[in-house]
Amino acid sequence: MSTEKIKTKEYIKRYLKRCVSGPYSLLCGLSVTLRYFFNPKRIVTEQYPENKKTLKMHNRFRGHVVMVEDENGENLCTACGMCERACPNASINVLATKNIAGKKVLGKYLYHFGSCTQCGLCVEACPFGAIEMGQGFEFADFSPEAFEKVLNKKEGRG
Amino acid sequence: MLPSVTHPIGDFVRENVPNVLGYLPDFIQPYIPSAEIATLINIIICMVAIAVVGIAPVPVLIYMERKVCAHIQCRLGPMRLGPHGVLQLVADIAKLLFKEVYAPKGADKFLFYLAPIFVLTAPFLNLCVIPFDKNLQVADLSVAIPFILAMNGFGILSTLLGGWASNNKYSLISSLRSGAQIISYEISFAMILLLVVMLAGSASLGEITASQSGHFWDWWIFKAPVLGLLAFIMFLVSSTAELNRAPFDIAEAEQELTGGFHTEYNGMAFAMFYLAEYINLFTTSCIATVCFLGGYHAPTIGILAIDNILNFVPGIVWFLGKTFFVVWIYMMFRWTFVRPRVDQLMALEWKFLLPVNLLLLIFGVVFLAFGWILP
Repeated sequence: MSTEKIKTKEYIKRYLKRCVSGPYSLLCGLSVTLRYFFNPKRIVTEQYPENKKTLKMHNRFRGHVVMVEDENGENLCTACGMCERACPNASINVLATKNIAGKKVLGKYLYHFGSCTQCGLCVEACPFGAIEMGQGFEFADFSPEAFEKVLNKKEGRG
Repeated sequence: MLPSVTHPIGDFVRENVPNVLGYLPDFIQPYIPSAEIATLINIIICMVAIAVVGIAPVPVLIYMERKVCAHIQCRLGPMRLGPHGVLQLVADIAKLLFKEVYAPKGADKFLFYLAPIFVLTAPFLNLCVIPFDKNLQVADLSVAIPFILAMNGFGILSTLLGGWASNNKYSLISSLRSGAQIISYEISFAMILLLVVMLAGSASLGEITASQSGHFWDWWIFKAPVLGLLAFIMFLVSSTAELNRAPFDIAEAEQELTGGFHTEYNGMAFAMFYLAEYINLFTTSCIATVCFLGGYHAPTIGILAIDNILNFVPGIVWFLGKTFFVVWIYMMFRWTFVRPRVDQLMALEWKFLLPVNLLLLIFGVVFLAFGWILP
């Protein structure tokens, strides 16, 4: 509510302007909702249990941490421990070992899913791109042991 | 003196009840008030018909409201219970039926329980005068439009009662706001209906419908060029406010008043308010259909072959089709527009709608005087 003094002519001018601009803005809003109403493709609701087969998560969805592996099951991890340091919940333990050549390589990559918040800091911290956030989300289980995972299948190559 | 409105079904009952009662033994014949019995039967038929017509569209409307609202917001709405969620409403009604109805502490119990009973009176009485088809009308009142206006004024009573008796500050504020709103918007609502009465030359809804017979450009929305369309838009605006629906739902603005005058109601008492809201929506759409969209007349386009097919469809189908189209417009309004503040609402009525409606009335006179109405 403005308290400025205006002349009658100015008042009528503003009033008539509002009489046109008001309905116009309402029509603009109505056109948006009409477009949504007659365009069922825009619906974003997922019918989850029914569309389990075809459900595709978004790329940016952060599920559990998974290890990037090639077709032979070899990983890129060097056991540097940056992810372990970056993890705020201490959900990751990188256990290093020595290979035949006496070089430090990855032995076991322990991942405690129960305490993980899927923040993704470990993935950002990894200098070799050895881990990434997975797309899965159906992990409910009855025993806490199911959330203690070993991510690597093979010993690291260093 | 018994009321007797001329109507085929009523006349049939009045003629045949004495014949049927004639089969009773002779010694009780002088004691049988056959005319009164005929009236009673007619009254029961009318009440049942109105109850059916009033309550049957409500589940459809609620389901439609959920679906329209969902699709506007890029959602699917109820999908789980039954195919596309059609049984969701049955579950809701069952839940409301089994809930306990109780009054809050300090409430005026008598008025508190009276309000949900009153709330259904007005919409049902309004339905009495609406012609759904040529003979599907309880009473063709010659003063139907003033009757509708009076009944709409009566409808606010239950809102005021409920808000006052709840002993809740939100309810009280809501009911007072609602009262102020209805008193204001009733004026422009009446103005628009008066315009139609003036154009049609009659206040009876049957005759208003009859004045629009013919092709679809004979409906009042098109018959008076531009004027009819403007009047229809004005009718939609003022009746949305009459219905207390969004965008003019300051009476139950959830964000401010936690639900308004029915905050303290639950169970079936709440369901009564809910029911009345949707019957009112249906009734007002019916009035819009009768006054502007040609009532039960088919939208014939002047080509004989197509017109014959269109006329073959019963009038009630056309009537309900048009009514639900108007309902859909109301729903689009509800889920698109934002709610004005209380002062903006009053300013809209007194500074914009009322002057424009008075202008429309004047233009109606000019149109009639110069014969600018389509033949």
